[in-house]
Parts: sequence; structure tokens; C-alpha cells
Amino acid sequence: MRGDLLDVRELKVVFYTYRGIIKALNGVELWMNHEERLGLIGETGCGKSVTSLSIMGLIEQPGEIISGDVYFEGKSMQKMSMEELHDMRGKKISMIFQEPVSALNPVMRIGFQVAESISRAKDIKIKEAYPEVLKMLELVGLDSKRTASLYPHELSGGMAQRAMIAMALSSNPKLLIADEPTSALDVTIQAQIMELLDELVREMGNAVILITHDMGVAAEFCDKIAVMYAGNVVERASTVDIFEEPLHPYTKGLLKAVPKIGQSKELVGITGTVPDLVNPPTGCRFHPRCPYAMNKCSQKMPPLIEAKPGHHVACYLYTQEGEHNAN
Amino acid sequence: MGRYVLRRLLLMVLVLFGVSVIVFFIVHVIPADPVGALLGGNAPPQLVDQMKHQLGLDKPIWAQFGDYMLGILHGNLGISLKSNRPVTQDIAEYFPATLELAIFSIIISVALGVVLGILSAVYRNSWVDHFSRIFSILGVSMPVFWTGLILLLIFYYILGWLPGTGQLSLFTIPPHRITGMLLLDSILTGNWEAFRDGLAHIILPAAVLGYSATASIARITRASMLDVLRQDFIRTAKAKGLSGRVVIYRHALKNALIPVVTLIGLTFGSLLEGAVLTETIFGWPGLGRYIVNALLVLDYPAIMGGTLFIALMYSLANLIVDLTYAVLDPRMRI
Repeated sequence: MRGDLLDVRELKVVFYTYRGIIKALNGVELWMNHEERLGLIGETGCGKSVTSLSIMGLIEQPGEIISGDVYFEGKSMQKMSMEELHDMRGKKISMIFQEPVSALNPVMRIGFQVAESISRAKDIKIKEAYPEVLKMLELVGLDSKRTASLYPHELSGGMAQRAMIAMALSSNPKLLIADEPTSALDVTIQAQIMELLDELVREMGNAVILITHDMGVAAEFCDKIAVMYAGNVVERASTVDIFEEPLHPYTKGLLKAVPKIGQSKELVGITGTVPDLVNPPTGCRFHPRCPYAMNKCSQKMPPLIEAKPGHHVACYLYTQEGEHNAN
Repeated sequence: MGRYVLRRLLLMVLVLFGVSVIVFFIVHVIPADPVGALLGGNAPPQLVDQMKHQLGLDKPIWAQFGDYMLGILHGNLGISLKSNRPVTQDIAEYFPATLELAIFSIIISVALGVVLGILSAVYRNSWVDHFSRIFSILGVSMPVFWTGLILLLIFYYILGWLPGTGQLSLFTIPPHRITGMLLLDSILTGNWEAFRDGLAHIILPAAVLGYSATASIARITRASMLDVLRQDFIRTAKAKGLSGRVVIYRHALKNALIPVVTLIGLTFGSLLEGAVLTETIFGWPGLGRYIVNALLVLDYPAIMGGTLFIALMYSLANLIVDLTYAVLDPRMRI
């Protein structure tokens, strides 16, 4: 097993729409260990959120997992019963979302919503969870008694995200998935929320998947980075390696497009646009935009191989041995 | 909250004023002759004049309107030409039967409509959904008098399972009148035979009256439920590890019911008004039939009084709905 907490193997997810079948995930490979912090980065629509929903077991109509599997602590999620799946979500994996205010139920008080999570995680009655609710709300820096009695529309975005964090961490989950937790918030609030998350996760020892398209946030928060492009993980390495010596042409392009302070050079974008996932390019989905594209790139998707110790990449530029093996 | 209710009540007075103006002028503008209807075509002219004077019909229309409005302010809706009693007294006698019928059918429609709506949203495009769709299309498109006659034909005439018309069978002893609502009075006086008989009599008219309401409630519940199930907070609820049942009944339903409650209020108003046809078909001694009879003999005060009263009930139902709204949706707190 590659990761002792989570191992996503060749996950393929499609969505059936009127426009056609969207091939959202095209064999995603992803793994992580306990207490690790993994950043999942890539452009909008590259499959970051779909990956996270698959890990939660929340892919629903019109979406479908057509092949591959997610192993959580070595257990296949495809083989889990409904109850096991509910139990896993309630106790072992939590998630926080992009739009905190709309992610909370508008007709229920915050206190109740947090209490619900606690009661689910600890198998106690909702009423018995209230002391714990106040503790959690305090932990995330909210005026606990007052906030517990408020409704979501009475909170600011930052406060709502704090409440979401309280809810998500109340089960002390093995894995916390944060799906762009700050992109709907003001810049100053963003920093506060990331700091809070950093502090709490360090204390409680949760593993985190941070989904973001903000390279700066990812660099600061994560130990490992996985870069996604059009439904594939194309590169995975430690944060230092990704930023110091990126291997995949897409990652290189992505980093060139990030502005740096004190640099007057013009930003270089990646030519072309993100492919339409109803009719994705054959082979490597990045090849039409890739400056190093070769013939075989358009024929077969390159496998994710370990090009250097701990540094995985899915690109034919690094697969001489891999290809020999395949032949 | 208190101020809100007060404002709404004042607005209601305005609405009722508008309704009474419209009803008054419609009734007085139609070229019909109530005195002729009352006395017959061959009455001697003096008698006709005397009658006109007695009813105030010889005055100019503005004066008549003024008299009528003044009467309303004193709680006096005039004297019915047919029953020769104050219209208010007639309404007090006939309205409870209508109210009972409306309450009974709204209970049936809400229970059935909400359940059908939830089921067809949760099991979208399954046979439940298709059944509910066909059931609803029939419900909103079939006129009440037709459904009524067909159901009478099937359940009364062919199958003989349910009684035909009226509130009670001929030989059932009615309960002592307390509220005027037969079922309630039967319970209060412990007259179980009348209760059973009354129940058998109310099923068909209530079903007919409530059918289209059931249909629209089912459709709105479905649409609203589908909309809510797509929301972010439903995903959060699922991510918390809650079971499907808890997600639907605890998290989705309360949100989904908000538009349904509005519909229920409007529907209740229209049930009172729809009772006109249903009551005529089923010989139900309620306000609807009273108004129909009043129309047939051009009983002006009864027509106006009955209509105004129904408008009052309609407005009250809407006020109650808006207050319920505030309870269901904290964003609406007044």
C-alpha cells in the first residue's frame, strides 16, 4: 500500500448530462499517510472537487464511479455497506466547503448543526452534545454561547467558516478535506482562517487534503502537493520539490503563471485552453498544450511513475524505463 | 410582531372595503329585478313601489351604497330577501358546515400531497413519480363538478360503498348543535352513531373538493424538494454522515415546506370558494350552497354578505400563512 491512510487507485468518474458524458476523472491516483497535509491544486474544472467527493463517497446521480476504488485505512469504499459509509463520514472523514454560509442549513441554529455532528461522531443524543458544542465553538474563536443560538444568515462569511470548521473537527476525524475553504472570503479573513486551521490540525493531528488553486496557500500549508490536470493527477511530490524542480510541463507552466514580488518579468501563461471533458484529447490530456509533446503522447495516457525518490510524474519525458517495461 | 399583525389587519380592512365596493356594484349593475323575482311578474304596481321603498331600492345608487357601508360598519349585512333573517345569522348557520368540509379536505390534501411530493422528489422518475404526475395532472385539469359526479356514480350508485348526498342519512339523529360542525358536535355530545354516519358522508365531498389542492400541493412539494436537495447544506448534512432519512426529513423538509405553506394558505381560501360547486353537487348545507340559492332568487344582501364573508376568511387564511412563514424561516423574522 502506498499510503496508510488513503489510497485512491485509478479512479474514473463520469457525469451523464444532456451534452454528453463528462469524463471528469480519468484514472486518478492519489495517496497519503496519517497526519500528512496534501495540497490538491489545479485549474477550475480539473476534478479536484470531484476527487474529494469520491473520497467522501458522495458521488451521486448523474455522476458515477465507473472503475477504480478508494481505500481508506486499507478498506475498499466500493465494498462498504451504506451504514459503514455513513459511519466513516460521521467519524473518520470530515469536509469543509467553499461557500460556508450556503453550506449551513438556513433554518437551523448553528448550535444544533454542530451538535448534530458531535452526536453522530460520539453516538450520543443531540441534547447531550451541547457542552461539547460550546467547547468547539470556543476553540475556533467564536463567542460560543451567542453563536450557538444564531442562524447562518446572521453570521459573516468568516464566522460561518469557523463554525464549519468547528463542525468538521468535532469528530476529530482522521482526514479533513478542505475544499477551497477560503476562496469565498476576504483576503484578511483568508489568512485568519488558514492560521486557525493550521493551529487546530497541528494540535489534533488530523491529516488534511487542501483543495485550492492558490499556489501560495498550498505552499505555506502543505507537506505534499498533487497537481491535477483535466481529470488526472499529473505530478505528486513534496512541496519543496514541486516548487523547486517541477517535472511535468503543466506544473512548470502553472508556476510560471504565478506572479512573484520583486520580479518585473512578464507572466507567461500556458497556451491553449482547458479541454472539454465531454470530448477530451486522447492519450495525455495535456498534449495539445504541451511544448514537449511527442507522437506517443496523443496515443496513450502516460502512467504515474516515480521519476525520483518520492517524486511522481505522469509524463513520457521521464518514462524510458517505464516504457521498456510496458513493452 | 405585534406591529406587523396590526399593519396586516389594517391592510385587510382596505382589501375588504375594495371587495365590498366591487361586489356591491356588480350586483347592482346587472339588469335584474329583485323585486320582480320576489313578488312575481304580475304584482300590482303599488306593491312593487312599496317593496322597492322598503328595500331602499328607490334611492339613488350612491345612497344605497352609503347605507350598505354604514350597515357593515355596524356588523349588519342586511336582511336576506329570501329567509327574511339577518344575513349574518344565515352565515352563522351555514358557514360551520363549509368550514368543516374545508378543514377535512385540507387535512386530506396536505397529508396526501406532501407525502406524494416527497416520494416523487426522492424517487424521481420512478413509478411513484409517474403515478403522482398523472394523478396531479388529472387533479388540476378535471373540473370539480365532473369529478364529483363521477365519484358519486362509482362509490354511491354502482358500488354503494358510500352515502350519496347531505351531511347525514335520513334516519340518523343529528347531534345537539354546539359549534355547527357536525362531526365536532357529535364528538362533543358523544353521539357516535352520528359521527360515523357524518364521516361516511363527508369523505366524498372532501375528496372531490381537495383533489385539485392535493395535486398542486404534490407538485409544489416535489419541485421545492428537488430544489432543496441540490443545495450545498444537503451535501454538508450528508458529509456529516447522517442517514438519507435524516437528511430528507430533518434537513430538507423544513426548507422545502416553506413555499408549500404559502400554497396551503391560498388553497384553503380557494377551498372555501370551491365549496360553491361541491356543496351544490353533494347537497351540503353550507355557505356555498347558500350563495348559489341566493343567486338563483337574486337575494342581493345574501350574495353580497356571503361573498364578503368568504373574502374575509381568505384574507385571514393568508395572514395566518404569513405568520407561519416567519416561524418556519428564520430569515423572515418580523
